[in-house]
Amino acid sequence: MTVRLIHSVVGLAITSAIVSVLMYRLGSPLAAVFELSVCSGLIPVIFITTISFTQRVSKERLRQRRRERLAKFLYLPLILIAAWLTLSHFLKIPQVDLPIPYCGPDVRVMLWGLRRLDLLGQVVILLTGVFGVVILFKEPDK
Amino acid sequence: MPNLFVLGPFFLLLILNLPFKPLRKGFAFWSVGLLLLVQMFNALRLWFMPGSSVDRLGSFFAFSLAIDKLSLIMLFTIAIVAFVSLLIAKSTIAQERQKFPFFNLLLISIIGMNATVLSRDIFSLYVFMEITAVAVFVLMAIEKDKFTIEGTFKYLVLSMLASIFILSGTALLILTAGGTSFSEVRSAFSSGHNAVILNLASGLFLCGLFIKSGAVPFHGWVPDAYAHTQSAVSVLLAGIVTKVSGIYVLLRLFSSVFVLKAPFQNVLMSVGVISIVFAALATFTQSGFKRLLSYSSISQVGYILLALGCATPLAFAGAVFHFFNHAIFKSLLFVNAASLKKELDSTEIPIIMGLGYRLPVTRATSLVGFLSTSGIPPFSGFWSKLIIIIALLASGRALYAAVALLASVLTLAYFLYFTRNVFFIKTEAGPGVHAASVPLGIKLCEVMLAAITLAAGIGFPFMLNTWILPLRGIFN
Repeated sequence: MTVRLIHSVVGLAITSAIVSVLMYRLGSPLAAVFELSVCSGLIPVIFITTISFTQRVSKERLRQRRRERLAKFLYLPLILIAAWLTLSHFLKIPQVDLPIPYCGPDVRVMLWGLRRLDLLGQVVILLTGVFGVVILFKEPDK
Repeated sequence: MPNLFVLGPFFLLLILNLPFKPLRKGFAFWSVGLLLLVQMFNALRLWFMPGSSVDRLGSFFAFSLAIDKLSLIMLFTIAIVAFVSLLIAKSTIAQERQKFPFFNLLLISIIGMNATVLSRDIFSLYVFMEITAVAVFVLMAIEKDKFTIEGTFKYLVLSMLASIFILSGTALLILTAGGTSFSEVRSAFSSGHNAVILNLASGLFLCGLFIKSGAVPFHGWVPDAYAHTQSAVSVLLAGIVTKVSGIYVLLRLFSSVFVLKAPFQNVLMSVGVISIVFAALATFTQSGFKRLLSYSSISQVGYILLALGCATPLAFAGAVFHFFNHAIFKSLLFVNAASLKKELDSTEIPIIMGLGYRLPVTRATSLVGFLSTSGIPPFSGFWSKLIIIIALLASGRALYAAVALLASVLTLAYFLYFTRNVFFIKTEAGPGVHAASVPLGIKLCEVMLAAITLAAGIGFPFMLNTWILPLRGIFN
């Protein structure tokens, strides 16, 4: 809900770092490493580099946007608290025994052997991102 | 052979982006068109000669893809609609420098849709659904005007919400089934263990796929997305993308992977009926032709959901046949909208009222599209709706059948009103309307789609024995 893009990027990096810790605690150290290096490291760096090319908003405009945002989202925490209180009072979640998670083969076998189609998908999504940037952000020739 | 449907467009995409300028000029359009014609031919060939495929790439590219009759119908439909979108793009995209990126993104969306219909793994299915969605987001925003961006943003936000639901359901399936392949998930459902978690996963998938399909009350993104985008993108989005990403995945998962229990059947049928009636009534208040078509699409999607909820082999076959018919006649109507936009520079009903008489091909083909949508014989829409209604009656759901029938009357009413006022009343053009000739590409698409609609209707006995009845075996 912040008005400054750089704060959003820092928030993304912090959230990814927390997710990375959760993944490590849940027994997936490799996934935690990928999450930390890519989502918490590489992606914020790219975002910050791009933001550095943008024009700064004036302080007066910044203050006005903050006031608008605050007015718009002031009620949101109250709604969330009310929903939590209501659901915890009325909703009875049945006791469910979760099955033990299945530990599959090594991640290298998984990626290169069992999930080859998804690797092709990753290549295609990268190409889609490239086209998206070219189409949406390229300025027309003068 | 299944690998070629994914690798063919992928290698073409790489070739088109080699640093040779002639590739961008004319080669892109013709090569994509040829690829789609080859896909149509191969889909038909594999249907009539199932043992004729030779997978020379199978040992090198070992992907978990498989073909069955449902996949073949989807591949054929994808090829037709994408081909039409390609021709419309050639005729309607004004800026030359936008055409080459359009062709590339169209190829990416074809890769995504082909892999979606061939995949036998839930996570891979999700990955390629997202590839299709991202390619379409960029296509939708290609014109970069205010209304286009708004429609794209709405689709993007709701699509992300759908993805959250689908991924959450996938996580629960991994927990219970130990994997995401269709066979593993089916075994988990059949074993009877962890029923609560599996039901929750089914529910999450249902919510996510309702959003992707644009069913009521998850339809908020549909009118803006369909109405405000460039003509070729509207044809692609309304004609096939929404259907493959939402409807096909629902048909595939709930007919042969998940167990379609009575509560889920009731949910599907309720959402289907509400979509049919709500959207049919909403068309009466629309002043834009493309918005009217978007609500009509929502209504037709309701028929497919109603049939799937009926949960019988005949209803499933009717749902797939209606999927095919809807893809064709809805694409035809959006092509008609492209023609109106090109000739009259508007698709707003108050502006184009009385001016459509200048477009004889558009007038005749739109009549075919409207009558098929309304379920009037001998057009294809009549037969698919009839099969659905017969299946509902046979399973003892007469009330649902009656609602489906009455909604067709509503559909006919608003289409007759529109057709009469736009195409059969003559008015002199106002100062803001300029005349332009409709390109040959648009006329060709109109005639081709109308011919398929008519042929599928008149040739129904052939369709019934060759295409429709064999589909019943897929439903478990």
